[in-house]
Amino acid sequence: MTEWIWILVGTVLVNNFVLVQFLGLCPFMGVSTKIDSAIGMSLATTFVLTLSSAVAYLIYTFLLAPLDVEFLRTIAFILGIAVAVQFTEMLVRKTSPLLYKVLGIFLPLITTNCAVLGVALLNLGKAHNFFESLLYGFGAALGFSLVLILFAALRERLARADVPEPFQGPAIGMISAGIMALAFMGFGGIGAP
Amino acid sequence: MIVIYSIVAALLLTALGGALLAWAVERFRVEGNPLVDTIDEILPQTQCGQCGYPGCRPYAEAIAGGDEINKCPPGGQDTINALAELLDVEAPSLDAEHGEEKPPMVAVIREAECIGCTKCIQACPVDAILGAAKQMHTVIESECTGCDLCLEPCPVDCIDMVELARPQVWPNPQLIATDQRGQLEATP
Repeated sequence: MTEWIWILVGTVLVNNFVLVQFLGLCPFMGVSTKIDSAIGMSLATTFVLTLSSAVAYLIYTFLLAPLDVEFLRTIAFILGIAVAVQFTEMLVRKTSPLLYKVLGIFLPLITTNCAVLGVALLNLGKAHNFFESLLYGFGAALGFSLVLILFAALRERLARADVPEPFQGPAIGMISAGIMALAFMGFGGIGAP
Repeated sequence: MIVIYSIVAALLLTALGGALLAWAVERFRVEGNPLVDTIDEILPQTQCGQCGYPGCRPYAEAIAGGDEINKCPPGGQDTINALAELLDVEAPSLDAEHGEEKPPMVAVIREAECIGCTKCIQACPVDAILGAAKQMHTVIESECTGCDLCLEPCPVDCIDMVELARPQVWPNPQLIATDQRGQLEATP
């Protein structure tokens, strides 16, 4: 049980995927200008990350490992993720038009989020079992959502701030992201394992 | 051996994924709003954007969602009447804010002045302009919807809008030769 809590704390705060491991930076910069779209992106990413870590685990354990072709894992994971995302999109569109409207274009975009592939590969490296993989994916998504929503809130304020001319636009965004990453490094060292 | 196994694994994965998606497409097919299709058919398909939407289809969706039906100048009063009948509402007159009703127009390029910049080709929503970079362009009259969108980007202002010479009703079928003989005889 404590093991599971550590996985969550570790992925959300200590080894945050965006600010500490620098994965998934493009949606982090791209979709963080408005808090509404940041929330939509967070929801969609949470769903896809959790699902895709499960799919990747199943592909690896029941197809690649028995056939002894582990070296295919990157391409196999990408395929699995793409299929899972497409399938989810169709399912959501049919079952919940409202949710489809909220997630909207974010769902297909997530296929190219490197954090998704990163979680799948890191799960392998850490030799997680099925449930731990799920939890790791979910934790990574929670961390991504937390940082994305916080950063979107920051940028909404920045939009109204009196920023010196050379720093306007993406420049001040990058600098704030860097300061945020520094702040998150303060969590380093919590829970040594 | 490893080669065969890799191929088997890749084949299995793609086949499984493909089968799942193919099944899902059929199983979770979403029927669009049939009203949108009917409205879209009534609209003139000029794709001119004068209604404020990027094309006829988006405007049809907006009408189905409750937007005004009098924002389409190319369609004119006829379109408004048809829409009013379909939606069972009073037919308003055309909203002058979006433009006024004009007779059917067609764009004509003064070909001697064309410098071949392709800007009008990119602006044309229905691909009715033929040409290539540094080559003279021309308008395919039967494709042109007379939407005016090519006028603004032209750097040398060599595009004119002229009233369409084509009759708006179908002409009577051509008389065959023997009929024409009788006609010729009738006219002195």
